[in-house]
Amino acid sequence: MSVSTHGHRRKITHLPGFWGFLFISPWLFGFLFFTAGPMLTSLWLSFQKYDLVSVKYVGVENYRRLFFEDPLFWKALKNTIFYAIVSVPLGIICSLSIALLLNQNVRGQKIYRTCFYLPSLVPSVAASLVWQWVFNADNGVLNTMLRMIGITGPQWLQDERATPWAFAIMSLWGVGGARMVIFLAGLQGIPDSYYEAAKLDGASAWHCFRRVTLPLLSPVMFFNLILGVIGSFQIFTSAYVMTGGGPNHASLYYALYLFQNAFEYFKFGKASAMAWVLFSILLLLTFIQFKASKRWVHYEGGDK
Amino acid sequence: MKGSYRTSHPIARTLVYSLLIVGAIVFTIPFIWTVATSLKSGEEFASDPSRIFPKHVVWSNYQKAWTALPFARFMLNTVFITIVSTVASVLTGSLVAYGFSRFQFKARNFLFYTMLATMMLPGQVTQIPVFMIWRELRAIDTYYPLLIPAFFGGGAFNIFLLRQFFLGIPRELDEAAMIDGASYFHIWWKVLMPLSGPVLATVALFSFLGQWDNFEGPLIYLNTPEKYTVSIGLRMFQDSFGTNFEQVMAASVLHILPTVVLFLCAQRYFLRGISLSGLGGR
Repeated sequence: MSVSTHGHRRKITHLPGFWGFLFISPWLFGFLFFTAGPMLTSLWLSFQKYDLVSVKYVGVENYRRLFFEDPLFWKALKNTIFYAIVSVPLGIICSLSIALLLNQNVRGQKIYRTCFYLPSLVPSVAASLVWQWVFNADNGVLNTMLRMIGITGPQWLQDERATPWAFAIMSLWGVGGARMVIFLAGLQGIPDSYYEAAKLDGASAWHCFRRVTLPLLSPVMFFNLILGVIGSFQIFTSAYVMTGGGPNHASLYYALYLFQNAFEYFKFGKASAMAWVLFSILLLLTFIQFKASKRWVHYEGGDK
Repeated sequence: MKGSYRTSHPIARTLVYSLLIVGAIVFTIPFIWTVATSLKSGEEFASDPSRIFPKHVVWSNYQKAWTALPFARFMLNTVFITIVSTVASVLTGSLVAYGFSRFQFKARNFLFYTMLATMMLPGQVTQIPVFMIWRELRAIDTYYPLLIPAFFGGGAFNIFLLRQFFLGIPRELDEAAMIDGASYFHIWWKVLMPLSGPVLATVALFSFLGQWDNFEGPLIYLNTPEKYTVSIGLRMFQDSFGTNFEQVMAASVLHILPTVVLFLCAQRYFLRGISLSGLGGR
């Protein structure tokens, strides 16, 4: 279905593909200069010792040191994996639940939607400042509420056993945001006739959900899952603002440690190696998810 | 045709409403509490910090927060950066989307999937070399590193949303305009753009939120306090005024307010902009 050029003259504007390339050129140049080029450079950097003044090829030394001589690297990786394992599934379940509730044709849907969406509008620094106080051990909102039901809450941001949970809880505040809206959009795209047909067959509500909603929603779920995992591995601002990585490195997340190496210690070689380790992990996880998706993601009529 | 699935059983509906109400309250508590705290006097906050609503409403925290730091300056800087990059993202993003949705060219699908794949690339992989480029260009401590990237389409997700929307606009409209002698730029600007209100609003909102919220960028690139954005200004505020918590909260409210106002204005288009793009289950 090309917009074919019907010219006889050989002007550059009549070359096949000229207009298409012209229009996508902003992205194409951006991709070359801000993505592809820097990617290769950072791969190259990861094999150098680079400290603002000198560059020296050191082979796999940066990687070797990360794996064998840097306990903080492993600590940061472990913290991040814990965060991902807790926050991604919980986040998906919660955002899907909210979307399902909102999709029930409720009265005042807009008001609820705004309430749930509101937290994700809060800029992350402001959110961190607010949550720093929510987690305040003595007078914070969370422990005050826990006290009302007779539970003594932990020192969320001072006790290294509680801190990882604090960050996971905080991540749930944003579940009403883009992810939920994407679920909601997916739900509203399911034709009513499917439900009606299922009802005629005598399907229960649970059966409808299990056999109609979930399969039709699975591409959206897959999208949210992939980006959720990638996003969770990049948690940065909240840890930087709320704890600076403490206590005792309990909230030293991968992106934070990488940032410190890059822009506080100016170890560009080491930080680049860390970036490529992160990228490799995410590629592997994404690849596994794509493989696994063949079992559960349902594409209607096999179209896009 | 499209619609919501309605539970009719009264018990089920009661359950749905109670869950919604409880959820909405839980989600808004930190928010309400922030606003409430910003309206308390320092003494009241110190004497009874766990009480949510203030006994006496005071507005002075806002005044103090506004003047304690060059907060007005930070606000202005942020507004400038955010507006420029939002406009740039929407314009260039829609051009790119037009290219991907209406033209046939070599490697189009390959490039399109490459673009989608960049969504999965963690920013850390490119961050350091990009920093080195800006350093070479002597652009550290300027706004260029924050602004220029927006002129390259404004991100894969936005381009994707726009392209999906454009695909849904009948081609006959393009062709009719073409017969009238319109150029491709004319078709983009006069035919597609006016029909794309919902998705443009959605993309603009996403770009705005992304840049307004941007913390790591200004943290890396800006050194002079006069050039700071609200995000890093607020962080500075936390360090120097950490004890005056009511004021920190007032400053936070000022940071949050524009995004909320914008969302309420754009809300009308927001969901339509996404649902029509058919991300999945259609």
